[in-house]
Amino acid sequence: MKAVVVVFPGSNCDRDVAVALARCTGCAPILVWHGATSLPPCDLVVLPGGFSYGDYLRAGAIAAHSPIMRSVREAAARGIAVLGICNGFQILTETGLLPGALVRNAGLRFVCRPVDLRVEGDSPFLAGFTPGECIRFPVAHMEGNYQADPETLAGLEAEGRIVLRYVDANGGVTEASNPNGSVAGIAGITSASRRIFGLMPHPERVIGDELGGSDGRRFFAAVADALA
Amino acid sequence: MKAIVHVVLKKDVLDPQGKAVEAALQTLGFGEVSEVRQGKFFEITLDGHREDASARLDRMCEELLANPVIEDYRITIPDA
Repeated sequence: MKAVVVVFPGSNCDRDVAVALARCTGCAPILVWHGATSLPPCDLVVLPGGFSYGDYLRAGAIAAHSPIMRSVREAAARGIAVLGICNGFQILTETGLLPGALVRNAGLRFVCRPVDLRVEGDSPFLAGFTPGECIRFPVAHMEGNYQADPETLAGLEAEGRIVLRYVDANGGVTEASNPNGSVAGIAGITSASRRIFGLMPHPERVIGDELGGSDGRRFFAAVADALA
Repeated sequence: MKAIVHVVLKKDVLDPQGKAVEAALQTLGFGEVSEVRQGKFFEITLDGHREDASARLDRMCEELLANPVIEDYRITIPDA
């Protein structure tokens, strides 16, 4: 699988995700600066976590208009897979590639801890897990509170596009297990085509037991198999 | 000319910052405060005719200044 990681000014998980891709898929990604106007041939574009443009205006709002994003939109339209992690998810909603918006955490605090997540539906990005399985990735964000209007939400539910939810130890969506106030405990959604995936948690931070978990390793290895 | 743009969260979107400010004002003894909504304010200096500016400012709000999914905006062009 050939992957590209886009680097924006203020990205800070670009190296982490590059290492995760190299170690878990055996193929190092190409890092592309946001000012580039074209993407090299690839199977996957990753928009990494961080604070692109210092989160000025709204998280992801300025990055959504970076020169490279025109090429990312064109690639997505051609069916190239796009993965947005944390700030990358915020950028995907700001560009309109995914619906809804990520607003300030309901608790007004930056949340940084491992969270339990339930995998749902079918997505090439979660091919390494069985639907209903609970996994653990860390979150680290201030604006991870997913919101969308009732029609959009109903559509996402009906089409099975809510593929990751924050859950408690028993796999239930509860207020206590929700780190940021996201509606319906939403942690990750896909496009209707299933080729675009945005999630707030960081799979690249758990790619080995020495990092506190290896669910991220399973995630990237399966993404490579599914998209190669 | 100068234009003023206010951007606020839509009524049905939770505004935790506004809530925190509201609680702080009440703690300070301003008990008459029943709600605070926090938003953004832009002062934009631009060239062109007033009529054209209004439509251009609308586009600026739709494309960048506001996120229409969660925010409403209001444009004012004060008389010079």
